Amino acid sequence: MLDTIWIPVVVVGVMGLIFGLGLSYASKKFEVAVDERVSKVREILPGANCAACGQTGCDAFAEAVVAGNSPVNGCPVGGADVAGKIAEIMGVETSDVEEKVARVLCGGTNDTCRKKFDYEGVQDCLAAANLFGGPQACNYGCVGLGNCARACPFDAIVIENGLARVIDSKCTGCGKCVAACPKKIIEMVPASLEYTVCCSSTDKGNIVRKNCDVGCIGCGRCVRACPVGAIELKDNLAKINPELCNNCGECAKVCPTKTIQIFLCRKLNQAAV
Amino acid sequence: MDISSLNRISQDKKQNLDEVENMIKAKKIFKGGAAVPHRKNTAEMETVRMGVPEKVLIPMLQHIGAPCEPLVKKGDTVKVGQLIGSSDKYISAPIHSSVSGTVVNVAPMLYPGGFHVTTVEIKTDGKQEVHEDVKPPVYSNKKELIEAIRNSGLVGLGGAGFPTHVKLSIPPDKKIDTLIVNGAECEPYITSDYREIMENSWNIMGGIYTLMELLEVNKVYIGIEDNKPAAIKELTHLAKTSEKIDVITLKSRYPQGAEKMLVYSITGRKIPPGKLPLDVGVVVMNVNSVSFIAEYLKTGMPLIKRRVTVDGEAVKNPANVEVLIGTRLEDVFNFCGGFDRVVHKVLMGGPMMGIAQYSLDTSVVKHTNALLAFAREDVDIDAESVCIRCGRCVRACPMNLMPLFINHNVIKGNPQELKRYNVNDCIECGSCSYVCPAKRHLVQSIRLAKAQLRQASGK
Repeated sequence: MLDTIWIPVVVVGVMGLIFGLGLSYASKKFEVAVDERVSKVREILPGANCAACGQTGCDAFAEAVVAGNSPVNGCPVGGADVAGKIAEIMGVETSDVEEKVARVLCGGTNDTCRKKFDYEGVQDCLAAANLFGGPQACNYGCVGLGNCARACPFDAIVIENGLARVIDSKCTGCGKCVAACPKKIIEMVPASLEYTVCCSSTDKGNIVRKNCDVGCIGCGRCVRACPVGAIELKDNLAKINPELCNNCGECAKVCPTKTIQIFLCRKLNQAAV
Repeated sequence: MDISSLNRISQDKKQNLDEVENMIKAKKIFKGGAAVPHRKNTAEMETVRMGVPEKVLIPMLQHIGAPCEPLVKKGDTVKVGQLIGSSDKYISAPIHSSVSGTVVNVAPMLYPGGFHVTTVEIKTDGKQEVHEDVKPPVYSNKKELIEAIRNSGLVGLGGAGFPTHVKLSIPPDKKIDTLIVNGAECEPYITSDYREIMENSWNIMGGIYTLMELLEVNKVYIGIEDNKPAAIKELTHLAKTSEKIDVITLKSRYPQGAEKMLVYSITGRKIPPGKLPLDVGVVVMNVNSVSFIAEYLKTGMPLIKRRVTVDGEAVKNPANVEVLIGTRLEDVFNFCGGFDRVVHKVLMGGPMMGIAQYSLDTSVVKHTNALLAFAREDVDIDAESVCIRCGRCVRACPMNLMPLFINHNVIKGNPQELKRYNVNDCIECGSCSYVCPAKRHLVQSIRLAKAQLRQASGK
């Protein structure tokens, strides 16, 4: 009777002892040194795993920073704030990260841009764009089926009236939308840039006018109005050089089609941080 | 009419059916597919020839492969059959002028495939003068014959538009033993292959004999679906001249005319994924292409016209029209009496695989086999609803794919998973979309999946 109790107790007890010794030996023998800075850096990071830093995610970025493979200000989402904290951990100086923000270079909503046909297929920009360039009359314009909005990890893009709009205060500048857009009309610009030509059409002015009320017709008035020469006209399309622009707004005043729009909400975000 | 005569009629009919039944040699049928309505309304309508339109738009891409470079410029005069576009790439086919007249524009214009392509716009003079280069080709060996076929600009006229000279240039390490002539024409409405058989059967036979010698095959099968008994009869009669040629009656099931299904139904050979019929020793040619080869070798006139089935409930006078390549869709429809109802949808090609056109300013190209126009009430445009996982699309897929899972992964945007479901094997026949009770856009999502995969691998 007693045998049936103490034999298993002894057997299991001895086995436990052997395994325990084995494990403790292995943990000493094969120990992997983990730099505690990795977990500290990781804690500071936003944790969206957006991969905008060029690594596969926040974990990988933290490791890369500690290993010296990534700059301390490599996280565009976290911005200067996160960069400063990481620099503190790493014990290095950091220069400010240039904050970037996504801009949709199209102003054609359902009301302003005409339609070629009714699209009834898969609700995906790439699918629609493969069919005659999409239902909108302009071949360069926003399809408005929301690939960018779905790609955005921060809910910073909304589709309004057939046009993608970036909510500046939510945009962290990760650039995922740029990759998702089949029309390649989303661009990352410095957050300080307040004026943008919201059009990507390189068609001639009369064609743009026929297709869209707010398209750039390449008249060149903004180029002449700009006091610092920051605007260049190329392929019937005006483009503002962010390095030269001083945000004076003369271009927006003279634009006959109201293609140049003002973006001021970025400041909201900076105040919040 | 008394009972006995009725009986006789039914007996005659039965005998006829028996005859057709006896012709069936291959009992195999591919797995899946869909039983689509035939709607061959224009089957008994003889081809009518359309006159020369005021202007033609000839795109420099009318085939699978590299686009051609235009050889003419604004202001040039061109004649019928003159070479106006060519490319030195191997997979490409030259393009000829279908009219005589003046080039008024060479610019990117809308292409029926869904994008913009450099197009030569020619204002016609109505004289239709034939270019001096048009003369029957001289050939003394196989290489020259294939070169002649390339110069004719021939592409697969069944709908895909694959350059024929590429198909006929068999690599030395491959052995071809069978030629299959595709007269299945499984898509609803289209009757352009059927009319070719009924009107030019001699040309088809001529083409077959030429190809037999070129490819050195000892067996030729002509596959025709059993909803075209007259065509089967016609060609069976002609095929009696050679025991190497057999007419095979195929079961009417969509997509019987698809290359892989056709090869399986007739020879029982399965074409592995990513492989071509020539990998299993078969060359498949459309009846129209075969017939054109004979016609070209006789006259030397390159591919500048083709038969197009113009049908659909909104067209006033449906017909089979012989159209010059480059004729605008609007001119073709006007030739058929225009529309008697408000048009909601215009398709280039059949209802299963055709591409919807939003503008009638596109033009007929080499592989346009049908133009269909429908009013709002003829078109089923149901809202997409949720997938109930009934699996009908899986049963319908002739390529043994699982469209529902591809659809799920496309929506999730998951290229890695897509590869697992062998998206690139899809032949885009449309059977899955046709049978889906939830009206999901399955084929389109598979096309999107292919695009996503291309994008993912391009990075």
